[in-house]
Amino acid sequence: MLDELIEGSVSAEMRKQLEEHLGGCAHCTVTLNTTRKTIEVYRSNELYALPKSVRDRLHAAIVARCKNGC
Amino acid sequence: MATIQVTEGNEPHPDVALVASAVAGDVHAFEKLISKYDRQIFRIAQHITQNREDAEDVMQDAFLKAYEKLDQFQGNSKFYTWLVRIAVNESLMRLRKRRTGKMVSIDEDIETDEGSVPRDLADWSPNPEQNYSQAELAKILRKTIQGLPPGFRVVFVLRDVDGLSTEETAEMLGLSVPAVKSRLLRARLQLRERLSRYFRSKKAGEK
Repeated sequence: MLDELIEGSVSAEMRKQLEEHLGGCAHCTVTLNTTRKTIEVYRSNELYALPKSVRDRLHAAIVARCKNGC
Repeated sequence: MATIQVTEGNEPHPDVALVASAVAGDVHAFEKLISKYDRQIFRIAQHITQNREDAEDVMQDAFLKAYEKLDQFQGNSKFYTWLVRIAVNESLMRLRKRRTGKMVSIDEDIETDEGSVPRDLADWSPNPEQNYSQAELAKILRKTIQGLPPGFRVVFVLRDVDGLSTEETAEMLGLSVPAVKSRLLRARLQLRERLSRYFRSKKAGEK
C-alpha cells in the first residue's frame, strides 16, 4: 500500500484506514515520510543544465548528419 | 508510411505532422522535434548515466537513431514515448561501456530483497538537504542512485524524476504495469534505505 499512499491514489475510505494506522505506528510513518522525501530530493536535484552552446553544437551536428543522408 | 496517431480527443497529436514532414525529407520538421524534446532527453540520460558527457552523447545518438528509423515509427504510440525508449537503450549501452563490457540490461540484478524491509527508521525527512551544500548533496544522491540496479534506476528516473505515468513507463521499457509498480516500490525503498545512512547521522542542527 505504501506506493499508493505516496502517490495519493488510494480511495478516501482506504486513506482513512491507513491514516488511522499511521497515527499509531511510528514505523510506518517514518517509512512513508522518508520515502516521500527521497523522491522529493531526487526530483528537485537539478543536474547540469543543457547550455546553449552545447545545444547549438548538437543541433548543428544532427542537422548536418541528417542532410548527409543519415 | 506513417500511420495516423490519434489522441483521446480524436485530435492528431501535433508531433504527427512534424514526423510526417520529417519522413518526407523535411529536416527542419525534425529539428523542431529536437528543440521540443532535447532538454527532457538530456535530463533523463543524465539521471540514468549519472555522467554529463555520456548524457550529451546519448542525446545526440538518440535523435540520430530516431531520425534514421523514423519510417519505422508506428503512430500507435506517442513520438516522445518512442524517443525515450531509444534514449533509455542508448543510456544503458553507455553504462555498459563504463563498466568495461559487463552487460547492463533492465533485467539485471533485480532479484534482491535489499530495502524491501525498512531497517533504518530514523526520521530525517523534514529538511536533510539544508545540512549540505548543493555539491555535497548532489554527490550523495549520485553515489546512492549509482548503487541501484539499472532496471530499478530506469523505472525510478522515468516515474519519479521525469514524472511519467506507470503506463507510459511500461510502454517505454517493454515491461508490464505490475512489473513497473513492483520495481518502482523497490527502487524507492532501496534509495530510502541508502540515503538514511547519510541523513540520519546528520540531522538538522547537528552540523
